[in-house]
Amino acid sequence: MTADVADIAAFALRVGDDALIAAQRLGEWSARAPEMEEDIALSNIALDQLGVARMMLTYVGELASGDEDSLAFRRDDREFRNCLLVELPNAGPAATSGAEGDFGITMAKLLFLSTFQRLLHDGMVASTDEQLSAVAAKARKESAYHVDHASQWTVRLGDGTDESHRRMQAAVDDIWPYTHELFAVDDLSVRLDQAGVAPAPETIRPTWLDLVDAVLAEATLVRPADGWAPEGGRCGRHTEHLSYLLAEMQVLHRAHPGAQW
Amino acid sequence: MNGWTLWEVFVRPRRGLSHTHVGSVHAPDAVIALRNARDVYTRRQEGVSIWVVAATAITASSPDEKDAFFDPAADKVYRHPTFYEVPEGVKHL
Amino acid sequence: MYGNDFGVSESLLDQVDEAERALVAAAQRRTGAGDTTDQGGSASSGVDLQAYFDAVIGADQKIEPRDWMPDSYRKTLIRQIAQHAHSEIIGMQPEGNWITRAPSLKRKAILLAKVQDEAGHGLYLYAAAETLGISRDELVQMLLDGRQKYSSIFNYPTLTWADIGAIGWLVDGAAIVNQVPLCRCSYGPYARAMIRICKEESFHQRQGYEILHTLAHGTPEQKAMAQDAVNRWWYPSLAMFGPPDVASTHSEQSMAWGIKRFSNDDLRQRFVDMCVGQAEVLTLTLPDEALRWNEERGHHDYTQPDYDELMRVIKGDGPCNRQRTAHRRRAQSEGAWVREAAAAYAAKAQARATQDEQTPEDAVAGVST
Repeated sequence: MTADVADIAAFALRVGDDALIAAQRLGEWSARAPEMEEDIALSNIALDQLGVARMMLTYVGELASGDEDSLAFRRDDREFRNCLLVELPNAGPAATSGAEGDFGITMAKLLFLSTFQRLLHDGMVASTDEQLSAVAAKARKESAYHVDHASQWTVRLGDGTDESHRRMQAAVDDIWPYTHELFAVDDLSVRLDQAGVAPAPETIRPTWLDLVDAVLAEATLVRPADGWAPEGGRCGRHTEHLSYLLAEMQVLHRAHPGAQW
Repeated sequence: MNGWTLWEVFVRPRRGLSHTHVGSVHAPDAVIALRNARDVYTRRQEGVSIWVVAATAITASSPDEKDAFFDPAADKVYRHPTFYEVPEGVKHL
Repeated sequence: MYGNDFGVSESLLDQVDEAERALVAAAQRRTGAGDTTDQGGSASSGVDLQAYFDAVIGADQKIEPRDWMPDSYRKTLIRQIAQHAHSEIIGMQPEGNWITRAPSLKRKAILLAKVQDEAGHGLYLYAAAETLGISRDELVQMLLDGRQKYSSIFNYPTLTWADIGAIGWLVDGAAIVNQVPLCRCSYGPYARAMIRICKEESFHQRQGYEILHTLAHGTPEQKAMAQDAVNRWWYPSLAMFGPPDVASTHSEQSMAWGIKRFSNDDLRQRFVDMCVGQAEVLTLTLPDEALRWNEERGHHDYTQPDYDELMRVIKGDGPCNRQRTAHRRRAQSEGAWVREAAAAYAAKAQARATQDEQTPEDAVAGVST
């Protein structure tokens, strides 16, 4: 069974929006990281995510309409298809707009997201869609580096000082509910799986749990119980945070309709 | 101040070349030092291999010993291939 | 991208390459004094040390970290390299200010990479300063306490996107003109860091020029934005070369030591001459009615920047001094728990390794890719 072009575009939009919004949040760390070397590392990861976002949005444009910039800068929040996890502020899900970033929150988000991305990219390499396969082949190496970075820091913060342990556990607790959406099944994911375009998200979760569990254990952190599982990002129902993020990201582009940059 | 230490960084630019000192980074341990070195010194694919060495683990010759330390080598010209005359017609030597 | 329009920058990069070749060539020459085997006295007496140092400088060779050097040479270098490093780190702020609002994804990626480079350059320079026997922690503390300065240019705000272009073209341009001669500085680690930095900086200047070129050839609003940015950044950029030679306090000794190679005014003139043609290609105007070619001098006449303003900004009363320092302090204090955690973890790991009676954690780590 071959995949519908609209389905491939819808999937590429999810992957691209995840990467774009993750890059935007990581970019907020510039000149604010806990140490100068870490500033460079966070920028590296932001650049990798932005690279994937650009390839994916460009592909969406080819399959449907628009280009990377019209998709990034001229859609409203209800049209974005990223998971809620990536849009959560650097200061945490309960933070108000503009609050100072919390490195523990950022590492928890990165650990959960990049482990998911790594497994997704691994599966996408075998995609029946050549373009998706090519992007995944490049992105999986980058994801492995992101996982490594987040793991190293999760372990150091979890098994560091009493304060860092408390903060990292709190960060993991805060972010955990938002990880369920990564593996949510819907009609689209079923069709994509059947057409061999992308792995079924629910099949990724067991491996994801093994990998994440190992890091949490080494970090002397407790894996939170499953319970509340907010979702809605994949169909455009986001947290209140996304609109503020987009307001900042899109302000200049929208102020000059049709201009080239 | 915060317990992070200084690590000297050596990069092998390409296969076939030795590691060369390029600078230093700060890091709490060797694992992070290696990652920091990668991010700081090979952003433009400047290397295929990196060493990081705790700066405190390096023993250096002192400039005060300059003469005593390096002069013995200065008169051993026979260590250099140009010391030897190669008879005419000999190839691949 | 605009490489063909950019004759001057090409030649600046050539100058960096020349400096690198000169560095290698100098290393292959024998120094006059000291290196020869028949050097009579031991090198431990002060007179010989000074003579050796002078001979190395005289032969245009490099002083290296463990060489003896006059205290004032060491202090001058620490002050200059640290100020330079601080400038890179503080300079991340005005540009980083636009990362989240960059108007296209391509521009966002370029700007992220550029600001990341500034952090890298700061680190190369702190590393060079640390070879002089001072720790980065001490230097950073002096920055946060206001005991050491950074370039006054970063105390001006980036109000519009065009400011990112103007910073790239004018501020990075001025920095390169200032820095290319430093690739020949007599202190080896500084010279090597500068060669690396100048090579990477050339991309910064070009991306700024490209931003302005695009804006100046875009909508009327974009062109006005570009002109406004050039108007605001022109004189502060000229002031980056420091006070006029007659008022410069550090210049003479630094020239003798081979730390500085050209005077403030010479470099400023070189920069003005460079910019005039580049502005024409941009179709933007430099905000100086007195700017004109002087046939006799073979240079452009131009209006000097307001040096009183420069002094006020250096002393702390620029538009953003307080904001920039507060930002850096906040990053430092907000990150303290992370740095402490990593140090605590390293100590625990070390203790565990010792307890297990394994060999103590290796001081050496390597990776091949």
